[in-house]
Amino acid sequence: MIRFDQVTKQYPNSAAPALDDVTLEIADGEFVFLVGSSGSGKSSLIRLVLKEDTATSGTVEVDGVNIGELANREVPEFRRGMGVVFQDFRLLPNRTVYENIQFALEVIGAPDDEIEKRIPAVLELVGLDGKEHRFPNELSGGEQQRVALARAVVNRPKLLLCDEPTGNLDPTTSLGIMKLLDRINRTGTTIVMATHDHAMVDEMRKRTVEIANGRIIRDEQSGSYKMGDI
Amino acid sequence: MRYAFVSREVKAGLKRNLTMTMALIISVAVSLTLFGTALLLRAQVDRMKGYWYDKIEVSIFLCGNSSLAFTCTGTVTEDQRNAINAKLTGLAPTVQEVFYESSADAYERFKEQFEGSSILANVSPDALPESFRVKIDNPENFDQIASAVGTMQGVESVQDQRKLLERFFQILTGLQAFTLAIALAMLFVTVMLVMNTIRVAAFARRRETSIMRLVGANNSTIRLPFILEAVTSALVGATIASLGIIFAKAYLIDQKLAPNLTFIAFVNWTEVLLLLPWLFLAGIAISAGASSLTLRRYLKD
Repeated sequence: MIRFDQVTKQYPNSAAPALDDVTLEIADGEFVFLVGSSGSGKSSLIRLVLKEDTATSGTVEVDGVNIGELANREVPEFRRGMGVVFQDFRLLPNRTVYENIQFALEVIGAPDDEIEKRIPAVLELVGLDGKEHRFPNELSGGEQQRVALARAVVNRPKLLLCDEPTGNLDPTTSLGIMKLLDRINRTGTTIVMATHDHAMVDEMRKRTVEIANGRIIRDEQSGSYKMGDI
Repeated sequence: MRYAFVSREVKAGLKRNLTMTMALIISVAVSLTLFGTALLLRAQVDRMKGYWYDKIEVSIFLCGNSSLAFTCTGTVTEDQRNAINAKLTGLAPTVQEVFYESSADAYERFKEQFEGSSILANVSPDALPESFRVKIDNPENFDQIASAVGTMQGVESVQDQRKLLERFFQILTGLQAFTLAIALAMLFVTVMLVMNTIRVAAFARRRETSIMRLVGANNSTIRLPFILEAVTSALVGATIASLGIIFAKAYLIDQKLAPNLTFIAFVNWTEVLLLLPWLFLAGIAISAGASSLTLRRYLKD
């Protein structure tokens, strides 16, 4: 699903590269934790996969497409194949749960009947049925992240990128989100999740890739947050 | 692209930014009104030139008994008059027609023009010079006539009536340049205002646009609502400008000026109505252009 081949990302105004000669392969349907301290390069990696940024050198392939060769006008279509959630949810505060998801579908030109069918289904998946007419500020943090998740997966993406999705949530709520991600992963969606959440990583026993100073220093199947833990 | 979605976004945007929208509409209305006025003034000058130059003649005034010109030795003689007439007729095709106007004819015309005025009592027929009125093919050829007959005995003076009007046209042309300059300045202000409005709107909706980019909305879907917002304001402004110009034609020109200034041919309705689509086009072009340019800068690809 994702293949990084000797990828380096150097931002114009920083001395050290954000990613330094990273080679990584993530297969279809995998669940991968991306761990590392703040500024280690996790978010840079996610931005490259999203084509928010372009690699300074090396190639990034997503779902068989070398995204370095993607023209600007092809990027929107490319992004429709993936979902993204962030630590800060990024919901529209003046729209209800339903409207937030509707907005994401409308702007990519989904037909009305499709929208009407998909939203109730995805709300049920994330466990928010019955709350479709609430506004984001009427929801708890965990519920808001569920809305963001619903919006990310309503288009049935092959790939779901999560940038510290539980960073603002308490452990119990985080676990709920984690279980939901696991459920989504089991339907065949590849998930890459950057996180600081030790307990979560240790509990889930999924593939763990650790980044430090822009380099991959560890890549373990059923890993833990810290090397040698457990 | 979804019509309902875009139109809803445009409406919401216009409402949210109401003061800016109003400012934009007024600015577009004023600049387009001035722009249209400048264009109509030019049409007016062209039309008056065509109208007057057609009627304007070269007048060759002949000597009277009190003439002081060095080509005069008392009242023009029969021979001199015939010689001048022959010379003028010989200048065909530059000279198209030659009329002779005697002092008595001139007095009749004078009486008509100043009917009821006390000036009549002080003027006798022999105070008005006899003259040849010459129609020429092209006003530019005046010099040819002046040099041919200007120094002939019996000719007091050769007068190009066009020269008199030239001054008047210069004033109109100056007025037109002035209007155009203000119109261009206002259009510049309008462009700035569009840019600022769109910048503010893009900032106010940065959450929406960032989500749109994230979920893979096309650039056109993201930008169209902003551009249409500017274009809608411009269309309202252009409508106001058009109404203003139609009012100026129907009331100021047709009701007020035309009845009093019967010797002037004013711009007609065809010219006015043909101008209006250009105002709309200019409004659309400016608003769409300025907003696209701004969006290119403020919304990342």
